[in-house]
Amino acid sequence: MTLPRISIAGGRILDPANGTDEIADLHIADGQILAMGDAPDGFTADQTIDADATLVCPGLIDLCARLGEPGFEQRGTIASETRAAAHAGVTSVCCPPDTLPVIDEPSVVELILNRAQSAGCARVLPLGALTLGLRGEHLTEASALMHEGCVALSHADAPIRDVRVLRRAMEYAGTFDIPMLIQPQDAWLATGGCAHEGAVATRLGLPGIPVAAETVAIAMLIELAAHTGARLHLSRLTSARGVETVRRARAEGLAITADVGINHLYLTDIDVNGFNSLCHTLPPLRTQRDREALIEGIKDGTIDAICSDHNPCESDAKLAPFEATHAGISSLDTLLPLLLRLQDEGIDLNRCVELASAAPARILSIDSGTLAPGANADIVVIDPEKEWEVSGASMKSAGTNTPYAGWMMRGAASTSVIAGRLI
Amino acid sequence: MRGNDINRPSAGPTAHNIQLTDEGKLRHFLTVEGLKKATLTEILDTAENFAGVDERDLRKVPLLRGKTVANLFFENSTRTRTTFELAAKRLSADVLNINIATSATAKGESLLDTLHNLQAMHCDMFVVRHAQSGAAHFIARHVEPHVSIVNAGDGQHAHPTQAMLDMFTIRREKCNNGVGFHDLRFAIVGDLLHSRVFRSQIHALNTLGAGEVRVIGPKTLLPIDVEQLGVRVHTNLDQGLKDVDVVIMMRLQRERMQGGFLPSAGEYFTEYGLTPERLKLAHPEAIVMHPGPTNRGVEIEASVADGAQSVILQQVTYGIAVRMAVMSMALGGAGSGGAGSGGTGASA
Repeated sequence: MTLPRISIAGGRILDPANGTDEIADLHIADGQILAMGDAPDGFTADQTIDADATLVCPGLIDLCARLGEPGFEQRGTIASETRAAAHAGVTSVCCPPDTLPVIDEPSVVELILNRAQSAGCARVLPLGALTLGLRGEHLTEASALMHEGCVALSHADAPIRDVRVLRRAMEYAGTFDIPMLIQPQDAWLATGGCAHEGAVATRLGLPGIPVAAETVAIAMLIELAAHTGARLHLSRLTSARGVETVRRARAEGLAITADVGINHLYLTDIDVNGFNSLCHTLPPLRTQRDREALIEGIKDGTIDAICSDHNPCESDAKLAPFEATHAGISSLDTLLPLLLRLQDEGIDLNRCVELASAAPARILSIDSGTLAPGANADIVVIDPEKEWEVSGASMKSAGTNTPYAGWMMRGAASTSVIAGRLI
Repeated sequence: MRGNDINRPSAGPTAHNIQLTDEGKLRHFLTVEGLKKATLTEILDTAENFAGVDERDLRKVPLLRGKTVANLFFENSTRTRTTFELAAKRLSADVLNINIATSATAKGESLLDTLHNLQAMHCDMFVVRHAQSGAAHFIARHVEPHVSIVNAGDGQHAHPTQAMLDMFTIRREKCNNGVGFHDLRFAIVGDLLHSRVFRSQIHALNTLGAGEVRVIGPKTLLPIDVEQLGVRVHTNLDQGLKDVDVVIMMRLQRERMQGGFLPSAGEYFTEYGLTPERLKLAHPEAIVMHPGPTNRGVEIEASVADGAQSVILQQVTYGIAVRMAVMSMALGGAGSGGAGSGGTGASA
């Protein structure tokens, strides 16, 4: 083995999966966590990281990050985006299947994993398409996709209009106990929309996407999950009513999970004012009330996880009238400080870390997101006091499409360890 | 050590201030929203002067001699383009008509490319019509500092010159003998969801202090949260028309029936068509307006459109004076402080 033996010395170890929060050393060998506290007999570190005054956490796991490649390399590549992820403390990124070609057959999975391997930064966890070409018609070979390395199935932002196909897809995925990550949005109600249907869109004359597009889809998915027993995870909730619908279903005992994109916790439809295309996202940014309900949902556990919903693009793609611009925010660079920032909303530090590590690992049933001995050595060392200003130049992602330029951030990854290697 | 807050930068150029020079003069005319009452009044007063030009034998003034105005129409329009062209010519400007709906963008050229190419022709003003909301703002953010943009309609967002010519018409026809906007009740009827004219009218009416603004239409054609724009919502035409002084009818596009917004033109006319009987519910001296072209028998009966209370043709005439006013004000303001708001691409 050429993997180094590493000690991370003197940091505050936060491992929400095990309730650990103490200052201790962490020892790594053979790509795995070896021990916490005193070094085991005979262990000598090849490298020691002084982690004084830092947080030592499981590396972040991002449930939704577009990488551009394959198919949209003008937006980003697996190399550029996994490097940006590693730099930002994100050690695993789930890549939705709306690539070109679509992740609907094992060879595409293989291609992505090979590229990720040679890039040598964050792990890429591909999400397989539920239907061929994301056309919503024929089921993919889900079992084969999982064997090749997918961690879950998804339909990206593409609709499955025929509910019978959706039902079969859920039953089939349920056969193999495969998690399904679905972004709930009724395709008909959302048709042509580019912003939250509300006062701001009305004033700007932008075609709206009503909250009902989300809630109608959630209600349908919940019923189908109850009916099929599928492992349903709702990806990127946006609305107060959506959170409430999920809350009720969970109160009834349905084992569904949900996440929210980090940007929906900081931005609202007001930010779209002046036709700010940097705040053009899908699903759309909603109102302040919705933003507050999402935070409430995190606090009471209705929302299990937070993803970046990273969606980089070339700068030209934002230079057009609002509707015509690429929807999405380049979010990997700002995920970690915005996550830590949630402490201001009354969410404690351990929970902030859990939301993007242990929780997504649990949703995906992967052996990550913890610092327990034997787990994969995916670790982020965070300097929680580091202040920095967001700018295009500060960003490691190929996409500099951020609405946070000029914002002061606090907290940054000082070191990432991925599969036992320092990045 | 800095405080705990994420510091948001001061809000970049907003929809409102991008159209003003550092001195607060009109540089672009993109939307009525955010402009002061004094600015709107200045437009109306200036238009009043130009309305006289129209009535003289020599119909030209040399205000924009040597300036070039380019009509950039990404969406087809004969009427609006013609009035802009006439307005520019009466100000002695050179006019270029560029119908982009059928040329450059069909070849895959981006809006920004088109813009840069046209800018190289050293135009002083672009009059822009585009099918997407925010297109005029986008162009205004990316033109060189010496170029002014006049929005001739962007998507469903704004059509500010139409709204101002409507205000001009209202002022001329209704505001006499001490009567002002605050003494008048207004009803805007029809397809408001898809109407950029309506959105501009609302801001103009509210800024000028309209007494009461009602909007009337079926729920499928009323924008969500429209009451937040400062209007009262009615779905019943008879109730909404009661005692109003100004009735503004909106055009109903035929394609709304295909879009599932309405069952038929016939049922629409039955419920929302303006007939002589219905007009009697309004104030006896109420005026009837329409941005044109009218769909007779769909939203308005011919006898109303051509009747004594109709000012629809006056609107067309006044349109030239109002556009002359906006053009001369924007080009007068552009030279002085334009550079100050040139570097406004930050939020794009």
